[in-house]
Amino acid sequence: MSKETAKQLIFEMSQPGRISYSLPASDVPETEGLPAQFMREVPAELPEVAELDLMRHYTELSRRNHGIDNGFYPLGSCTMKYNPKINEDVARYPGFSKIHPYQAEETAQGALQLLFELQQDLSEITGMDDVTVQSAAGAQGEWTGLMMIRAYHEGRGDLMRNKVIVPDSAHGTNPASATVAGFETITIPSNEKGLVDVEALKEVLGNDTAALMMTNPNTLGLFEEEIKLIADLVHEAGGLLYYDGANANAILGYARPGDMGFDVVHLNLHKTFTTPHGGGGPGAGPVGVKKDLMPYLPKPMVRQREDGSYFFDHDMPQSIGRIKGYYGNFGILVRAYTYIRTMGPDGLKQVSEYAVLNANYMMHRLAPYFDVPFTQNCKHEFVLSGNRQKKQGVRTLDMAKRLLDFGYHPPTIYFPLIVDECLMIEPTETESKETLDKFIDAMIQIAREAEETPEIVQEAPHHTIVRRLDEVTAARKPVLRYSKS
Amino acid sequence: MTFRYLPMTEQDRKEMLETIGVQTTEELFAEIPENVRFHGELAIPQALPEPLLVKHMQRLSGKNANLDQYTSFLGAGVYEHYVPSVVGHVISRSEFYTAYTPYQPEISQGELQAIFEFQSMICELTGMDVANSSMYDGPTALAEAAALAFSHTKKKKVFVSRAVHPEAREILLTNAKGLGYEVVEIPLQDGVTNLARLEEMADEDTAAVIVQYPNFLGNLEDLGQIEQIAHKHKGLLVVSSNPLSLGILQPPGAFKADIVVGDAQPLGILPQFGGPHCGYFATTKALMRRLPGRIVGQTVDEDGKRGFVLTLQAREQHIRRDKATSNICSNQALMALAASVYMSALGKQGMQDIALLNVKKAHFAKQRLSQVSGFEIAHEQPFFNEFVIRVNGSVEEVNRKLLKQGIIGGYDLGKAYSEYQNHMLVAVTELRTQEEIEQLAVALEGLL
Repeated sequence: MSKETAKQLIFEMSQPGRISYSLPASDVPETEGLPAQFMREVPAELPEVAELDLMRHYTELSRRNHGIDNGFYPLGSCTMKYNPKINEDVARYPGFSKIHPYQAEETAQGALQLLFELQQDLSEITGMDDVTVQSAAGAQGEWTGLMMIRAYHEGRGDLMRNKVIVPDSAHGTNPASATVAGFETITIPSNEKGLVDVEALKEVLGNDTAALMMTNPNTLGLFEEEIKLIADLVHEAGGLLYYDGANANAILGYARPGDMGFDVVHLNLHKTFTTPHGGGGPGAGPVGVKKDLMPYLPKPMVRQREDGSYFFDHDMPQSIGRIKGYYGNFGILVRAYTYIRTMGPDGLKQVSEYAVLNANYMMHRLAPYFDVPFTQNCKHEFVLSGNRQKKQGVRTLDMAKRLLDFGYHPPTIYFPLIVDECLMIEPTETESKETLDKFIDAMIQIAREAEETPEIVQEAPHHTIVRRLDEVTAARKPVLRYSKS
Repeated sequence: MTFRYLPMTEQDRKEMLETIGVQTTEELFAEIPENVRFHGELAIPQALPEPLLVKHMQRLSGKNANLDQYTSFLGAGVYEHYVPSVVGHVISRSEFYTAYTPYQPEISQGELQAIFEFQSMICELTGMDVANSSMYDGPTALAEAAALAFSHTKKKKVFVSRAVHPEAREILLTNAKGLGYEVVEIPLQDGVTNLARLEEMADEDTAAVIVQYPNFLGNLEDLGQIEQIAHKHKGLLVVSSNPLSLGILQPPGAFKADIVVGDAQPLGILPQFGGPHCGYFATTKALMRRLPGRIVGQTVDEDGKRGFVLTLQAREQHIRRDKATSNICSNQALMALAASVYMSALGKQGMQDIALLNVKKAHFAKQRLSQVSGFEIAHEQPFFNEFVIRVNGSVEEVNRKLLKQGIIGGYDLGKAYSEYQNHMLVAVTELRTQEEIEQLAVALEGLL
């Protein structure tokens, strides 16, 4: 990307009379059309462009965008790993992309088989008894899981459980999903090791506890070593344990949430299972449950008959109901399935092995230059604090912006909230040592700049197509659409 | 190296372990206590080399009847429209599809601008002031609209027409259980919302009146009258709308709708067995700060150059946590991009042309099928590209026979509506030719 003038909006390129479509003329006899009162008085002011100009417009926009294929993307807790191309090819097969959700089940047996096998594979990988693949994203998975937890307690006549406990290191979606599911959130602090403070947990557990939501490894990249004790405490109090699978890339084949005592699990297929993030979506957030919660799974589930054929089971009287249109983001599920078949059990285990090795390697190499708030082995990601640089007048935001000049997407910053000037780095397993080394070199250079020439960092980025943008005015005087005037 | 996505060599591993100061990678997992460790091998199928993988996937895909092989009259919320070639080319650019949510605007201007244009196009089509960057799909967007109405009006009753997509109504019920609002169904009369009943049922506790336009049965609701009833009780008017139809239909914004939602699937997104599609969400200036999800706004950089950022983030879960307007974190950016390319390709004239073509084909088909004995047209209402016919016998049986002649028949309404047993919802898009419509009519005639 180079410095250029502001890009025109496609609306600003519009010239009356230009088109990029070709529709057949109507071949049917004229019939009486729609009554005038239903007809639009003013046409929608959509752009009028010719096909080449359209392609140049979007190609130019793509050049102003950084994806994994462009360069390293160590965005913590987002698992920005390689998105395999074969998955893209497969998802576009007409037998997957041009099939209708309401066509007869006997004409969609391949799709049903894929969904069924994916339910099974994800159950095995997470150590759960069953998995729904309907949910479209992690946050939707959380809400789905919490709705099942609610139904479970209600099903037992246990109507007082209105509290969901989340650690202060949790993703923002955890408390937000709890609210949408009708719960109140209680936040508990982490201890000095960055883990759930068991004493603080004991204090809030009670007969109003519906669930504890945890990410393990947590958002600091640390494994919750006392997970078994925590699970026992929550269960003794009558609550359930929810696993946020955002960080599942650390433990494939090494540990399973089901074996840790979790009752409900969601996975982010767009993180651990290589489906592309698409610039913000679509994703998929399958939810696994233990046996006691199976009756509450959203409908429909895919089941197999004795004759080997597959069907959608809608006969689920205790189900929480439907949570998304049709059967989830099927096209994304096809990609994840393709990935699992590519890797197999050995491959998936190696994924976590190398994800963890890469993260620890980076942490050790960067430790001399940045504050490392937690020094035990990390898992697939780790956090640094920019406190040392802050004293030199350089904030974490500045360092993140400086990384843009080196062609990198910066790590996640200012999250988790419990680490000052936080940088959260997740390299993933698909990056080579050379890539990690180059990034480390850039980080070291930035640390040196912070010491010697802080203004270079403070004024970054220097080489992007736009410089820092005025977000305050954007929120105060919102311009959310183009208008001609 | 055994896996093509894993570049780690033995040499790399050795050097890295040395730097860390451990002997084996196993030591890095020491924090996982023995009592929760997984030993052995995951019981999933072994890895497949790419050529065998392709064979396996082709075999699975080949077991599905696809729309290239059959002539389809199936719609019911998911439509087969022509997707211009440019759409696939643009969304296959990996700068777009391998990017995350545009948190770093300096290197995400492409995505941000594309979404800003999407928001603008949705506003144009719906006649609304603002739109967000997209939602999971149309049905979940509808539930989000109800949630907004509930929290904004602080009133409990959400009236939803029975002519709203059955799956959207199911999701609404799940959502209502969580948030604690009440869903009240407005009955039908002759294929549209029963306005006399709505008039009786609505009261001062009305948070929203939700209708679909064109409705699930294909018919056009009287939005003018519905608006009056909703607003008389200070409830919000929520309209779920097929955006392609808005190429020629008077937009809900012109009827003073407060929220317009729907699915952008008809705009260049393949059916994909029901997803990923793309929900859209548009509203008025007054409700702008209550929108769920991501929103892109225009601003300037330090040099005064125009640029785009994610904005109004004070509504969102990563800032407000349990007080957020919604828990949604992602959107369907890539699908919104597909819809934008589609709307740009069709443009001002094309969106009118294609909508009109749908009207013409469907109206001809309805007239033609009305001449087939044994089948009856269920309603004489203004409609867009779908209509209901009554079948002599079971729809499932009819569809099975049609399939043998290469035709995927319409949606079996009896599955979702007890009052529409033996009724078929027939969708006719611009792709159906007169010959194919004739083929359907002849095939149906032959069944008797």
